[in-house]
Amino acid sequence: MESTESSALASSASSHEATLNKLHERFGPAALPVSHFRSDGRVTCPQDRIGELLAFLRTDCGFDLLVDITAVDYIEYGGSRDRFAVIYSLTATTTGERLIVKVFLNEPDLVVPSVVSIWNGANWLEREVFDMFGVRFDGHPDLRRILMPDEFAAYPLRKDYPLRGRGERHNFPVIGRGES
Amino acid sequence: MASDRLENVFLTNLTAAANWCRKNSLWPMPFATACCGIELMATGASRHDLARFGAEVFRFSPRQCDLMIVAGRVVMKMLPVLQRIWLQMPDPKWCISMGACASSGGVFDTYSVVQGIDRFIPVDMYVPGCPPRPEQLIQGIIDLQERIQRRGTFNGPSLQGTVSMSDLPNYRPLPTVTPL
Repeated sequence: MESTESSALASSASSHEATLNKLHERFGPAALPVSHFRSDGRVTCPQDRIGELLAFLRTDCGFDLLVDITAVDYIEYGGSRDRFAVIYSLTATTTGERLIVKVFLNEPDLVVPSVVSIWNGANWLEREVFDMFGVRFDGHPDLRRILMPDEFAAYPLRKDYPLRGRGERHNFPVIGRGES
Repeated sequence: MASDRLENVFLTNLTAAANWCRKNSLWPMPFATACCGIELMATGASRHDLARFGAEVFRFSPRQCDLMIVAGRVVMKMLPVLQRIWLQMPDPKWCISMGACASSGGVFDTYSVVQGIDRFIPVDMYVPGCPPRPEQLIQGIIDLQERIQRRGTFNGPSLQGTVSMSDLPNYRPLPTVTPL
């Protein structure tokens, strides 16, 4: 069991090197800064090339599973130059390799291309990021709110939105004893 | 024979008889949204056996119920559903707010969680706890039965107007505090 795991790790590490080489060959090392944490690699991508990069990872590097899409609001984060980041977590199921892709965004240009055509599972993930942060996904087939009510007017996971909301939770008709 | 018949007769008024029937055959509508719902199920199950108090017939159709038990937190998207189900229940009907979240929002003081269902629908009995044990819920139902017997009317909604705390059978007044 242990030997299987360690060999899987080794193959993951070697395929990881291969992936990064491929990426740098295609996009140039300057365009894609890479950092590592434990066995995972993180690639930061400029906003105008993120669609191209993700499509390349899917078709040429074997990342067939989109694990998650999430976002971060860096408004009060010390030393941050950008307001938002959208983060894609990818896995190649054949090698077990994982990759984190980050793209930084700033207002008013909070748009990234949708990856629903690449990974179908991105549909609801992108809707959630849109619902909570207001990032738009260009080309999404059905970009509606997924958790909050349709008439909700804010993006609640932004750090400048108050935790208790702006009174939306009290905005309902009151039903009294006599009504039925 | 004549004396036998007299022993089997007692005199009462129609309201008292109707209240006696109603209080001993409450049909709960389980509006269970969180961990209180688990305790609600335990209350109905064999160990705690709500059937002993005539309220074991849980129905998932509001048309067949007269006691709504709101067990758990209610969020913005759920509140219109809660109100509609309450309105669909035929009179006379009662509502128990079970647990801290249904009564006050509990620890979930956030933008999407309603801070107490009694802001938007009538509540007859609050059961404290997080979640309340089945014994507490049973006590709440017994107290409600007592109140139905005392305050119910033969026709129309049973608990018109404000409800006084002193109607509770185990009510003890709080000591009054005079301002300095």
